[in-house]
Amino acid sequence: MKEIYLDNAATTYCRDEVIEAMIPYFKINFGNPGSFNTVGLRAKESLDEARNKVASLINADPFEIIFTAGGTESINLAILGVAKAKKGKHIITSKIEHHAVLHTCEALEKEGYEITYLDVNQYGQVELETLKQSIREDTILVSIMFANNEIGSINHIKDLTEICKERKVAFHTDACQAGGSIKIDVKDLGVNLLTLNGSKIYGPKQTGILYVKRGTPIKPLIHGGGQERNLRSGTENIPGIIGFTKALELSYEELEQENKRLTELRDYLIEEAIKKVPKTFLNGHPTERLPNNVNLTFLDIEGEALLLFLNEYGICASSGSACTSQTLDPSHVIISIGLPYEAAHGSIRFTLGKTTTKEDIDKLLEILPNAVKRLREISPICLTVEQVLENRK
Amino acid sequence: MKLNVIQEELDTHFDVKVKVDSKKWFYTNIVKDHFFNPRNLLKEDNEAKKYEKNCDGVGQVGSASCGDSMKFWLMINKEEDKILEAKWQTFGCASAIASTSMLSVMLTENAGMKIEVALKLRPQDIVARLLDLPERKFHCSVLGDKALREALNDYFRKSGQYDRVKVEGAKVIDMILKITDKDIEEAVLEGAHTFEAVQKKTKVGVHDKSCIPEVEQLIRFYKEKYFG
Repeated sequence: MKEIYLDNAATTYCRDEVIEAMIPYFKINFGNPGSFNTVGLRAKESLDEARNKVASLINADPFEIIFTAGGTESINLAILGVAKAKKGKHIITSKIEHHAVLHTCEALEKEGYEITYLDVNQYGQVELETLKQSIREDTILVSIMFANNEIGSINHIKDLTEICKERKVAFHTDACQAGGSIKIDVKDLGVNLLTLNGSKIYGPKQTGILYVKRGTPIKPLIHGGGQERNLRSGTENIPGIIGFTKALELSYEELEQENKRLTELRDYLIEEAIKKVPKTFLNGHPTERLPNNVNLTFLDIEGEALLLFLNEYGICASSGSACTSQTLDPSHVIISIGLPYEAAHGSIRFTLGKTTTKEDIDKLLEILPNAVKRLREISPICLTVEQVLENRK
Repeated sequence: MKLNVIQEELDTHFDVKVKVDSKKWFYTNIVKDHFFNPRNLLKEDNEAKKYEKNCDGVGQVGSASCGDSMKFWLMINKEEDKILEAKWQTFGCASAIASTSMLSVMLTENAGMKIEVALKLRPQDIVARLLDLPERKFHCSVLGDKALREALNDYFRKSGQYDRVKVEGAKVIDMILKITDKDIEEAVLEGAHTFEAVQKKTKVGVHDKSCIPEVEQLIRFYKEKYFG
């Protein structure tokens, strides 16, 4: 049975070109860029090259690129690092951020910081007015995600940073999910900090960057040998850095064509699933969404049960159901867009990727209606779409 | 025999037969079997409505918003005080579905279970028959015996055996936050096995410190009951 992997928002595989690019840096060019000898210098050269490359890809200065061990670390560095460096005690974020942001903010709350968690509209986007009203004199940072990992909605980052520029507040965006499908231009976006992650763009896991605009006050979390402008000590993970750089480069080269292909597949899946499965609706924005994200709620059934059913047919997806989360809480994202708990329990995310074909989607569309039908036969619940969408903002 | 009927119906929905032997699975094979081939299921609303008219007791617990909801329909052999038929429907995850299915089998196998035995069924009796469930999934199967209790209460009321009706009431433990023994039970079932963990979940005893000894006692009791 062919495995159909539709969980690319969780992580992507590492593509061949990336692995090939990394290999020499394990054994041949293995040096420590900090060493004052030829082997070290060789590694230093490769590191500089990678930094220059990443900088040019996202229109930054090489000085502004901090290589880290992934999205979560970058986010922690951005939020905690700025909090440490600034005097104010107020931070703004949104209710639908990834837990890397939310839990970092919660940790700061315990230290006496005040955090404002912004509401989002029915599509999961932060409204400009909502942000405007929440900025205070003592606000030190605004952290709003570029695109949501669960429902794929894309925020209007450029408009949001405008507001922050006027009020002189630093702006960080978690662009982990957007990384592979939206070309980043940090100058055009007007961000002070930006997080990218290798493991979502067909690069190696535990790799990523934090873009830190020149002049942004920030302090390190990891102390040691002073690597990465003293913001992230520890011998550089050169193979990982090379792999990340290659992955980003390739994804930008293929971006336009791949986005077009994925968007077509995505819209086909959304349209057909809603047509074929009664009492089903799309979560997130219909058009301002990531090209690979489909998030559907199937009423009257529970997501984990549907996941296991699909899994039996080789289809790997993910769910906002409480049963699949470690905390047994249903998705905070689905709840934040104004849907009741029962809609969160029945939400399923399909995230398409490089290997996804039309045949894969057709196979899913063949199994999905039957799987939902089976589980609805077992279920004593009978909700209507109107009932569930009634309170949506 | 019933299994074959359901399997046949299943095949009409599916072009591929459900195989119950694949290796990569999150639960035991028995859970998987009951999930894909639920026994004693009352399918579709029309069938359920018809059955409900004729059955001796109906009970439902949980709700879709909390993630699990179960409904039981019972037919009783009144002379022998035994369960004749146990039908059900479940909204929930795979372990909720499988545990309800397994409970219905336990109630009806060997010519039916005596009601007094059924009333004593504990969640871990169901889990034992499923061979295992992840600890965090335990609360799902607990709902099965609660739905059964509701259905039996319904039967007792309908047949005028009021002395047998037993309603599990909740008792307020924390007088300030109005936290009940049910809340403590829920917290233990969700994996909070120490006072600190239960307090983190429920905030019990944060303001009303006088309840702490009783809370500790309850935690021990429920830990013993469900995990002992």
